[in-house]
Amino acid sequence: MNDYQMPSWGYWVMGVGLALYLVLLVGYFIKCRGFRRPVFASPYVLWIVIFTVIPVLLVAYFALTDGNGNFTLDNFRDFWDSDYLRRAAISPERAEKLKERGMTLEEYLPPNSSNVDTLIHSIWMAFQCTVICLLLGYPAAHIMADREFKLGATLVVLFMVPMWMNFVLRTYALSELLEEDGLINNILKGVGIGARQLLNTDGAIQLGMVYNYLPFMVFPIYNSLNKMDYKLSEAAMDLGCNKWQTFYKVTLPLSVPGVISGITMVFMPAVTTFAISRMLGGGKTPPLFGDLIEKRFSGSALNWNLGSALSMVMMVLILISLGFLQKADPKGEGGGII
Amino acid sequence: MKVLKRFYLALILVFLYAPILVMIVQSFNAGKSRAVWEGFSFRWYAELFNTAQIKDALIVTLTVAALATIISTVLGTLAAIGIQAMKARPQTVMLALNNIPLTMPDIVTGISLMLLFIFTGVPRGYVTMLLAHITFDIPYVILSVLPKLKQMNQNSYEAALDLGATPTYALLHVILPEVMPGVITGAMLAFTLSLDDFTISYFTSPTVQNLSTLIYSQSRQGIKLYMYALSALMFVALLVLLLLVNKRSSKAEI
Repeated sequence: MNDYQMPSWGYWVMGVGLALYLVLLVGYFIKCRGFRRPVFASPYVLWIVIFTVIPVLLVAYFALTDGNGNFTLDNFRDFWDSDYLRRAAISPERAEKLKERGMTLEEYLPPNSSNVDTLIHSIWMAFQCTVICLLLGYPAAHIMADREFKLGATLVVLFMVPMWMNFVLRTYALSELLEEDGLINNILKGVGIGARQLLNTDGAIQLGMVYNYLPFMVFPIYNSLNKMDYKLSEAAMDLGCNKWQTFYKVTLPLSVPGVISGITMVFMPAVTTFAISRMLGGGKTPPLFGDLIEKRFSGSALNWNLGSALSMVMMVLILISLGFLQKADPKGEGGGII
Repeated sequence: MKVLKRFYLALILVFLYAPILVMIVQSFNAGKSRAVWEGFSFRWYAELFNTAQIKDALIVTLTVAALATIISTVLGTLAAIGIQAMKARPQTVMLALNNIPLTMPDIVTGISLMLLFIFTGVPRGYVTMLLAHITFDIPYVILSVLPKLKQMNQNSYEAALDLGATPTYALLHVILPEVMPGVITGAMLAFTLSLDDFTISYFTSPTVQNLSTLIYSQSRQGIKLYMYALSALMFVALLVLLLLVNKRSSKAEI
């Protein structure tokens, strides 16, 4: 790991920088007998430079260098070149051992280990999850925001409670339900359909994503529908629109900011997750893009340079999709859950 | 139609609650099997409290969340006050910088911080986890405090200075009370985010485990039935907390 440590002058730069900041701050304080308000932001500026800007630059640095620190674009080539990756997924010692056991790499590697395929699979899964959440969540938000429906605020809390439970614990609970001898299979057996393989399938991962992210879709839509002036839809009704026309022409366009914000909040975590696919897929399903990145950093296929390149690809993907979403809601009215 | 609507909401709630409720019921099962009910017992609760790992992880989770909340709330509130008073251009730059951690996927944040800690030779453990949590908490605090700052009268701070208050005094006695609701929202958000975080803790602290990373590592080793008991306890704690908050806010309304 020593190869990855910064040269010793780095510590000097850091120390001198920090000292300079403190000297300037104290000097300013003595000179002006107190701080003008913009100075209050300076600790955060320092913090964000150290803990956000420099780390992102480090990812870029590792993505653009090889193991010896020389500039290269090979990591991005490896992202496209699946053959190289299939070989790189296994360390040489491991490959030796496999050979001794009479296995070829093709047999050992999980199917679909090409990077681009994985990226497409990941986007497809996240897209499906977003669509399902939208189809399930929009009607729910619409019912909750109805003026006749008095329990809206209570239901928001009820939707939130499972979210406050630990994310990993929640996913674990779901996996217990899907086990071979779990509740669902017991019911299926009782009905006479017989047990099915539920856990360790793409369907299980999909269910886990929807289960975890559905509230993220419901809240923003509920908020935007709740903020909406109900007189507008009444006016539409008075002017002769029927129920569907009112919804289609008034309510739906006005809830677009909420929908956009919901899509962002579901799609982003869904396309980057690795915990859900690991816990519900058990490594027996095609990996997601998050799995691929995670494996480069802590798994069996350690390769930080390639992992950093994959992270950069993911960041670009996120930025592109954010750009698209921003176009649909330029003022950013949707807001988050805050 | 009305019945149908309620039925639909009920179905979604069942979907969200079913896994948790099944776990709570199972946590009282005396046997190891998921399929057979072997009688009521507190066996798994006893095992839970006798497992040192869980206790350690719980302490790590709670202390990291508390410390991260305090530090990020202080830093974030100060930063929000500073950003609000900035001229247009630096303000735009600061808001853009503040958006980076918000838009970055968790996994990339975690990896980038991991690279930073390894690059600078800081051993990854409790402290690095805390630093990482503070880092992802601050932007949310700023986002909760800024709107309150925009709402308050911009002249009251200047007025306090004109009347002879020192900047620090004006900050503590004029600005802070006005933005307190935003500060509290931000602190609560930071605390819950920190409690729930898995991905970033996973990368920044491989040695010291919090609840999320512990459950994650154990879930791969097969069934641990005291996990059922843990989820049941967490669920009950959550409900109690919710009821308390509810009671307080309804009292405040009267």
